[in-house]
Amino acid sequence: MDVTLTVNGAQQTLQLDDPRVSLLDALRQRLDLTGTKKGCDHGQCGACTVIVNGRRINSCLTLAVMHDGDEITTIEGIGTPDNLAPLQRAFIKHDGFQCGYCTPGQIVSATAMLEELRQGWPSQLTGDLGAADLTDEEIRERMSGNICRCSCYPNIVDAIRDAAGETGSQAGGQPGARLAAEGAA
Amino acid sequence: MSEPIEVSLSHRMNFADKEDLLDRTTQGIIGTPMDRPEGPLKVSGTATYADEDHPPGTVYGWLVRSSISKGWVTGFNTRELRAMPGVLAVIRDKRMLRNPAQGQASKAPYQGPAEIFYKGQPIALVVAETFEQARDAAIKARADYDDRSEKGVFVPAEAKYEAPRSQQSSQGDLDAAMDGAAFAVDVEYHTPSMSHAAMEPHAAVAWWDGGSVTLRGSYQMLGSNKAELADSLGISPKKVRILSPYVGGGFGSKLGISHEGVAAAIAAQKLGRPVAVALHRRQQFETTIRRSESRQRVRLSCDAEGRMTGVGHEAWVSNLPAETFSEPVSQATPFTYEGENRKIGHHVGRLNITCAGSMRAPGEAIGVPVTEAAMDELAHAAGIDPVEFRLRNIPEKDPSSGRPFSSHRLADCLRRGAESFGWHNRQAPGARREGEWLIGMGVTSAIRVNMLEPSTARVILLPDGTARVETDMTDIGTGSYSILTQIAAEVLGLPADRVTTVLGDSDLPQSSGSGGSFGAASSGSSVMLAAKAVRQKLAKRMECDPDELTLKDGYAIAENRRRTLAEVLAGDTLQGTGTIKKGLTSLGHQQASWGAQFAEVAVSSVTGEVHVRRLAATFACGRILNAKTARSQCIGGMIFGIGQALHEKVETDARDGSFVNRDLAEYHVPANLDVPHIDIEFLDDRDPYANPMQAKGIGELACCGTAGAIVNAIANATGHRFRSFPVTLDKVLEKLG
Repeated sequence: MDVTLTVNGAQQTLQLDDPRVSLLDALRQRLDLTGTKKGCDHGQCGACTVIVNGRRINSCLTLAVMHDGDEITTIEGIGTPDNLAPLQRAFIKHDGFQCGYCTPGQIVSATAMLEELRQGWPSQLTGDLGAADLTDEEIRERMSGNICRCSCYPNIVDAIRDAAGETGSQAGGQPGARLAAEGAA
Repeated sequence: MSEPIEVSLSHRMNFADKEDLLDRTTQGIIGTPMDRPEGPLKVSGTATYADEDHPPGTVYGWLVRSSISKGWVTGFNTRELRAMPGVLAVIRDKRMLRNPAQGQASKAPYQGPAEIFYKGQPIALVVAETFEQARDAAIKARADYDDRSEKGVFVPAEAKYEAPRSQQSSQGDLDAAMDGAAFAVDVEYHTPSMSHAAMEPHAAVAWWDGGSVTLRGSYQMLGSNKAELADSLGISPKKVRILSPYVGGGFGSKLGISHEGVAAAIAAQKLGRPVAVALHRRQQFETTIRRSESRQRVRLSCDAEGRMTGVGHEAWVSNLPAETFSEPVSQATPFTYEGENRKIGHHVGRLNITCAGSMRAPGEAIGVPVTEAAMDELAHAAGIDPVEFRLRNIPEKDPSSGRPFSSHRLADCLRRGAESFGWHNRQAPGARREGEWLIGMGVTSAIRVNMLEPSTARVILLPDGTARVETDMTDIGTGSYSILTQIAAEVLGLPADRVTTVLGDSDLPQSSGSGGSFGAASSGSSVMLAAKAVRQKLAKRMECDPDELTLKDGYAIAENRRRTLAEVLAGDTLQGTGTIKKGLTSLGHQQASWGAQFAEVAVSSVTGEVHVRRLAATFACGRILNAKTARSQCIGGMIFGIGQALHEKVETDARDGSFVNRDLAEYHVPANLDVPHIDIEFLDDRDPYANPMQAKGIGELACCGTAGAIVNAIANATGHRFRSFPVTLDKVLEKLG
């Protein structure tokens, strides 16, 4: 069965011999995009977070065959070592990682999370549905689907707050502003 | 290119360091909060971990595990599985592991998976063309058993306990001290079995070339891992190469060679193809290692002025039959506080539950929070502020052995930390309330023994004036790439971007590996010595005494002569080899890292949930090599402590010893919202007895106590003591009524 995916801006057709292949394993084993990590294969840790059609999902919880025609952004599409996105630079500056295994998922998740905030999506902590601010508590709540066992959480919050300021000025902080990820891809 | 000119320095730590080299060099990079050099790779997903960068033609293996808890495998539906699509092999090999190797074992662990000692033990490997085919076949695997599970022991209360003579000690008469004391506590605490749950589950890819095997794996100590894998396979260590350039967390779970590595190597040998075996998260929980649960009896006594007269600490832990490791719960107790009457007891029970082994700060991580909680109870009984009570009982020398301390900064940490945290605002138990929330503060001392292990490194200064550091050390998130780069740059007077550090290859000089918080001090000292050997050679070429040589920003400066390193090298390559060995200073002095930690919690009187609102710590651990990575290690360790205090517990089934909560949905490690802002402060400190860098271990110290500070804060908030970790909602509600 053929599945056509647009991964990090490049359209490619994947000839899948097995419908059981998860989107995560398709990325890692068939497309050699190993930046997306497998931490639990059960949707519990967030290491495999990718952006599909603008929304962050756990790629281990969905099958590749379900994504024909979809646009997918992985960590490789966020920025490269020579051309890092603001979030990636902020993670380095604030030491928002130690072992680095959850880091691609954290950064992809944060990229989409900031866009959710710009679009005014509420979280469980948002008191006023019309106004979700970028408070530390909002960042913590919205990033709690991404586990970091090295436990760099305070540094991750610092990095996201810092980068949000930087990208906010670039994107004008307007609702519906394009994802920094897509810009960098 | 011409052959490198080789120089070397070997140093045994027999005397206190007087040279103080890193305080006399002038590059100014050591200790700075330099960004991790591997950072751009990690944040872009291009750092490659174990189950990545597969050689062409790699096929996939999946471990099949026992469904019984004790007995033997007598048959297997191999033929049925072999007929399934894509299946290449069903491997049941007596070289496969029963238990993973313990840290620094350097020989094969228990092998022979046909005999079963715990439920979930790997018994076979199914290999197929694709991951999905291998997993599907493994699910359909069926073994026949001679099932002796009814003879298994699955709960600590039913275990037979051994009391190794070398691990019992006493002095004075603790019973009499307790009877005659003005104040005393005799309390029993329980800590649960825990799981490391590193984000990268164990994984390995193996391939053979003739009689030699290369294994890409996720391991912490490549020197001993190489010996363990070789011994497991029955080949020479010279025929084994292990690559672990990036390790997705370890915390002790990857100290020894494990099931996936040996199984992948055997399968690759049989099939003549590269084989990848990655553990599923549930397999990581059930087949690698766990931290033992513990029961701890603590007896403490003091006189009317709050001077301690007695210290007793007895522990009961468990492991599989015949395993030699048992968590050294009372490791810090003999030297932490005063008391002329003392008793240490240690008991190991035998359970048919997944192997117990080292997890971040084995011993102190579970012992210190308990003794510190008991100290809080005694301070309360004596009516003395808990910080003041600790300060009154800090010994001048090790009260058990009589040895002097190499350096002792606990009092400084307590005083400084209390001031920074605002400890004076602490109120009486149960006195502070904000709506439904009960607010409390707690303190703990943090203590972790300091160690040095043999370590060797190479530092190569190339003709263009750039340098390369080479050692088989691993960076498991600890910051090895950062600090080893900084050490070499500092000693050679180079900007950090002119130094490249290559790690995680067992073909490189053997280091201490990552474990026991000795990695930075040991491997760092070897890099310092290697660079110092090169420095001495440069001094010769500059025709000056090494003490008169200044190396800075790529220049060599002596007596008003200033030359670039490229000019001094004149086309030559200088290759320095440095080796550090432990010596008399580890015997003559009690060495430890010190700290004081403070917690503020809010406890809901409605739901029983505990929020950690503030955490702060002051640490003294010798020279800080990188202020940024050191701080991250401390933050991470303290958050480990939050999990230990409030969330984490492996629940095992009393009927068969299996793990009930064996994944990250059911075993609760802290998530982002569980964690407040954390303040970390380092005292300017040096420990000349520790190593030539005068640095000490950090990564484990931070988790030795945090859970104690949190339960002490809960006691201050609620007026109730909780002596069973973790302090979950049900326990709180039961006491709050």
